[in-house]
Amino acid sequence: MTARYSVGDKVRVRRADPPGHVRTPTFIRGHAGTVTKVVGSFANPEELAYGRPGTPKQTLYWVQFPQTELWPDYQGGLKDTSVVDVYESWLDSAEEGA
Amino acid sequence: MGSEHGHDHEHDHGDWPYPHPKQPDLEDGPLTHHMAMTEAVAELLIDKGIFSADEFRRQLELMDSKSPAEGARMVARAWADPDFKAHMLEDVNAAAKEMDIDAGGIPIMAVENTPDVHNVIVCTLCSCYPRNLIGLPPDWYKSRAYRSRMVREPRAVLAEFGTVLPDDVEIRVHDSTADLRYLVIPRRPEGTEGMDEEALTALVTRDSLIGVTHLKTE
Repeated sequence: MTARYSVGDKVRVRRADPPGHVRTPTFIRGHAGTVTKVVGSFANPEELAYGRPGTPKQTLYWVQFPQTELWPDYQGGLKDTSVVDVYESWLDSAEEGA
Repeated sequence: MGSEHGHDHEHDHGDWPYPHPKQPDLEDGPLTHHMAMTEAVAELLIDKGIFSADEFRRQLELMDSKSPAEGARMVARAWADPDFKAHMLEDVNAAAKEMDIDAGGIPIMAVENTPDVHNVIVCTLCSCYPRNLIGLPPDWYKSRAYRSRMVREPRAVLAEFGTVLPDDVEIRVHDSTADLRYLVIPRRPEGTEGMDEEALTALVTRDSLIGVTHLKTE
């Protein structure tokens, strides 16, 4: 399958709160970050958890967030970041004009 | 007895007015829903012949036998051999195989510390951990405090582990929420240039592979 995003793309994590087995932690929802790696495609664990086949497979990305984006009162270096594994279905483009 | 028992006087526990507190037996806690379900599922799988009790036991034994030694050997090889390090950064599981180490089927990503970037690993959602290379996670790794605070205030948590980094070093927290596990390649300590791989292996600690500490030579 084709990955929708490439390394360097700005993306925003969907601000959603679906019930059930969810792999996107709350602290990044609604926040913008940068794709730093296109990891590959994996059977969707949010489906596998219920005994379903997990298809279509989902592209998994590393998304890097400045800590100051996640926590406005962040105490620490301005360069500090978190890198989170996020599936494509959780991401929207955050590029200018998108 | 004597020193092994922690105190060296002869005594009879029977009339000692201050008895040792007893270590509770496992069964002294409540049997929770998930404990009961785990046992029930294991019994069913064995009853239905999916695997035998002995295979189940062997798998637990294998998991318990894993230790940070495998991860340490890989890091020492990576320090000593740039080609191996490149391979490890590309594909940890394949690089492990090269050393006859079974890294398991879940992809493990190596992240390398440099003078500018310090990596540290957490799993905020549960307790994902590269068990095949460094054994079972320490209790603190699974604690809610570590899991929530490491992304919220990583420098405060690192300081509690004795690790203080200048503000111009990027602390990069990796949250393993999905199908990957992470292993930190710590920086090779200064003054170890003449050491062979075996001596280097002995320097690598579990906590440095999680990223909560640096390595020092002493």
